[in-house]
This record gives sequence, C-alpha cells and structure tokens, in this order.
Amino acid sequence: MNYSLLNISLIMAFAMFLLAFALALVRIIKGPTLQDRVVAMDLIASITMGFILVYSVLINEAMYFDIVIIISLISFIGTVAISTYLKQNK
Amino acid sequence: MNSIILQLAAKYVRFLLIFFAFVALLRGHNYPGGGFIGGLLATLAIVYYSYAFDWRSVQKKLFMKPQGYVAVGLLMILLSFSPSLIQDETLMKGIWVSIPFGLLGQLKLGTPLLFDLGVFMTVIGVTLLFFFTLTKRR
Repeated sequence: MNYSLLNISLIMAFAMFLLAFALALVRIIKGPTLQDRVVAMDLIASITMGFILVYSVLINEAMYFDIVIIISLISFIGTVAISTYLKQNK
Repeated sequence: MNSIILQLAAKYVRFLLIFFAFVALLRGHNYPGGGFIGGLLATLAIVYYSYAFDWRSVQKKLFMKPQGYVAVGLLMILLSFSPSLIQDETLMKGIWVSIPFGLLGQLKLGTPLLFDLGVFMTVIGVTLLFFFTLTKRR
C-alpha cells in the first residue's frame, strides 16, 4: 500500500464514515421517539452511499455508481412508507 | 396521502426507477443485475406511485391483476424452453440470434433474455401481490 495523498484521504474518509455510522446507530438504539429512529435510518442510507462511493474510488471500479443511484431512490421510498404508517396510526 | 411534494416527485421518479429497472434487466447477462433485481425496481416504482396517489388509480393503470403478471411471466419462461427442445438440444440451452442493426452494431436476442423477462414479470406480480395483501388493499 503506497502512502499517496489520495490513499491517505480515502482512509480518513472511511474512518469518518464509520464514526458517523456509529453515532447514527446510537441514535437508533437510544432514540426517544419513532421519528428519531426513522431519520437515523435515512442518515444511515446516506452514509452507506458515501461509503460505496469512496470504496469504488479506492478499487477503481465504476460499476458501483449505479448501486448508489438506486439506493438514493429506494431509501426515499422507505421513509415515505414509514411516514404513511405513522399517519395511519394517529 | 395528499402531499403535493410527494405527488410531484412521484411523477418523475417513477420513470427514473423504471428506466433503471430496464437497465438492470438488459445488462444482467454479463454484469450485475438481472430479471429479479429489475422486477424489484419496477415494483418499487409502482409502490411509490401508489403511496403518492390513490391506490385505485394505480390498479386501473396496471390493466391486469397481479396474478395476471405472474401467469404471463411463467408462460414466458415456458416459451423460453421451446427453442432448445425444437433444436433437439439440452433443456434450457441458451440459443442466440444476431440481428444486424445498422450503425449501432448487432442486436443479440436469445432465450436467456426471454427467461429474464419472464422472471421480471413474475417478480413484479408476486411482489405487488405481497404489497396489496399486506396493506389490505386487495
């Protein structure tokens, strides 16, 4: 593994994404209300997208970009579904 | 749900989702993707539209019951077996036909594409059936 500027910054990005993921997980476990947990799940989807993008830069593969587009479309639908469920129960 | 933002978004996002469903379907032979993933993406487009608008209008636009999609998909899978039987080959052997398509090169059609289309339709039908049953909207 060479210590170029790109590699160092990619590894730092991985560490920060992991930290953000852990903080969102804390919010999911501890969250006082259901709404907090829903927002944290949405945040985790965004963090996953960033993780996949950084990984695809690291291994020089453009195939993973489509996965990111599809996750960004789908996570939105999950949030909408949970919000309709919350509205029905009210 | 009568959210204007959601309805406006649903008008455009569903075309995007269906486009990516067909991308996943057509390149599934050599790259990640395939009939199953394409079917799930197409179903998500329909589900998303039914969250934004009334689900009755969605069922009108489908012009078939979900069971009909399952039946058409299974018939397509059966049809994809027939060329290998006619040519006296092993069952489910992939048979390809190349059609010259002008400047764009060659259009390769074959039984694996028909099989994937059958899986696509079956997955759409089964997942819509799950969705309509679980949300009590049959």
